[in-house]
Amino acid sequence: MQFFVNLGRDTLNWLRGVGGASIMLFQALVGKPQPLKMFPLVMRQLYVVGVQSMLIILISGLFIGMVLGLQGYTILVDFGAEQALGPMVALSLLRELGPVVTALLFAGRAGSALTAEIGLMRATEQLSSLEMMAVDPLRRVVAPRFWAGFISMPLLAFMFSAVGIYGGYFVGVQWLGVDEGAFWSVMQSSVDWQHDVMNGFIKSVVFAVVVTWIALYKGYTAAPTSPGISAATTQTVVYSSLAVLGLDFVLTALMFG
Amino acid sequence: MDNLVECHDVYFSRGDTPIYEGVSLHVPRGKVTAIMGPSGCGKTTLLRLIGGQLRANRGQVLFAGQDIGKLNRSALFETRKRMSMLFQSGALFSDLTVFENVAFPLREHTTLPENIIQTVVKMKLESVGLRGAGQLFPQELSGGMARRAALARSIALDPELIMYDEPFAGQDPISMGMLVSLIKSLNETLGLTSIVVSHDIHEVMSIADQVCIMANKTIVAQGSPEELRAHESPLVQQFLSGASDGPVPFHYKASTYHDDLLGVSR
Ligand SMILES: Nc1ncnc2c1ncn2[C@@H]1O[C@H](COP(=O)(O)OP(=O)(O)OP(=O)(O)O)[C@@H](O)[C@H]1O
Ligand SMILES: [Mg+2]
Repeated sequence: MQFFVNLGRDTLNWLRGVGGASIMLFQALVGKPQPLKMFPLVMRQLYVVGVQSMLIILISGLFIGMVLGLQGYTILVDFGAEQALGPMVALSLLRELGPVVTALLFAGRAGSALTAEIGLMRATEQLSSLEMMAVDPLRRVVAPRFWAGFISMPLLAFMFSAVGIYGGYFVGVQWLGVDEGAFWSVMQSSVDWQHDVMNGFIKSVVFAVVVTWIALYKGYTAAPTSPGISAATTQTVVYSSLAVLGLDFVLTALMFG
Repeated sequence: MDNLVECHDVYFSRGDTPIYEGVSLHVPRGKVTAIMGPSGCGKTTLLRLIGGQLRANRGQVLFAGQDIGKLNRSALFETRKRMSMLFQSGALFSDLTVFENVAFPLREHTTLPENIIQTVVKMKLESVGLRGAGQLFPQELSGGMARRAALARSIALDPELIMYDEPFAGQDPISMGMLVSLIKSLNETLGLTSIVVSHDIHEVMSIADQVCIMANKTIVAQGSPEELRAHESPLVQQFLSGASDGPVPFHYKASTYHDDLLGVSR
């Protein structure tokens, strides 16, 4: 019995959270557009959220591509199909690993930082003092960070895939001796723009919205204390990772199922 | 007399803990009103109610005749352009320099050209003695300096109402004297209305036109400094003289000390 009571309460709390997060995002994004004010704020956040995440994304992409090259080769060579290494690396990256791993890394690198930053602004009354200056913190603090996440994650995912393919090429062709012409030409003929590249792009847009949204909401509603901010940061990473993995299954089923 | 802020029979509670039970006060336009009271009695809360960051459970908070609790979001933001608040913690933006912090409200709400903004900011920083600290970041300031920088920011737009939450805390005697005269002169030269929350009885009484003393979830006395000095209530007298023994308890409510030490549960 207690179980059902808890389940009901947790569900209600969850729904309340989703409602609150939706209202927050709505108030942040909907309203009179102010491009002149918004542009410098978004640019600044693009640097913090996007450019500063680039290094970890590029390095991770390179290593994952190299591992794919190595693992793919050892499997494919048994069937004499090492020519298929190119499409295998490219498709795994474009369809799955690019968007998903980028989103997971982004949640850990940029999402947690967003949550901590906004939570600390709440704790030090910076958000209150914006409000008292008649500046809406949702439009001033939340909105530019949201757009920055929204714009940068798909770009980061592309970079991840591109570097990963290069890593696979490096291991497969340069090191293990797969034929270079076959590697690229088979890849080119089997990767479909619409089916693979666009679907991967759509995935990373969806992940960008979800991860940034969770990070901003958790920061905005964090309890204004050190344990409160630390809990909110952890929740950002946990919830957005779970959301990304769950949504990835749903999207994959819709796109490729 | 014309009142800029009026509270009528305000009730407010945090969770199950009542903070106010029937607070009524008025802040005359163009005057300095001081609010005093024991720590934790809800002075900051009162400022937040006037600023519309909290809403009263019952009763009205009026600013220039408008019921703050009933305004919608955009009307509230419009109204807030006419007031400003110095937060107890200063609340400077940590990603901007002191100079940019003070310039922030000007850049947000005016279309002044850059050279005028520079001039205004320098004037405001000069008036709090921090013109040389413009390029420092808030984390490079001492507590007292941060509060003075925040004060400069809150007077940047010359609003109608300024609420100072403990402006003198952490100031040395020299800057304290300077801030006292700054608040007074802002009030006299620009005709601003000020609400000053402070524990520095002597300084506050010297500039206030009106003093309100809060205790026991309500306003226990309201009047000019002279009236309060002559007030017959022992509570007011205790507060003004700073005696630790009297009707105002120094301790947060608890079981008796004796029981607590012996481990007797309440
Ligand atoms: N966020 C909050 N959640 C719950 N209770 C709070 C919160 N903020 C303040 N309180 C309670 O409200 C009461 C009034 O707080 P407030 O900050 O207004 O006091 P204050 O008069 O400004 O005190 P001080 O002089 O120490 O600044 C306190 O008893 C405090 O316990
Ligand atoms: Mg206070």
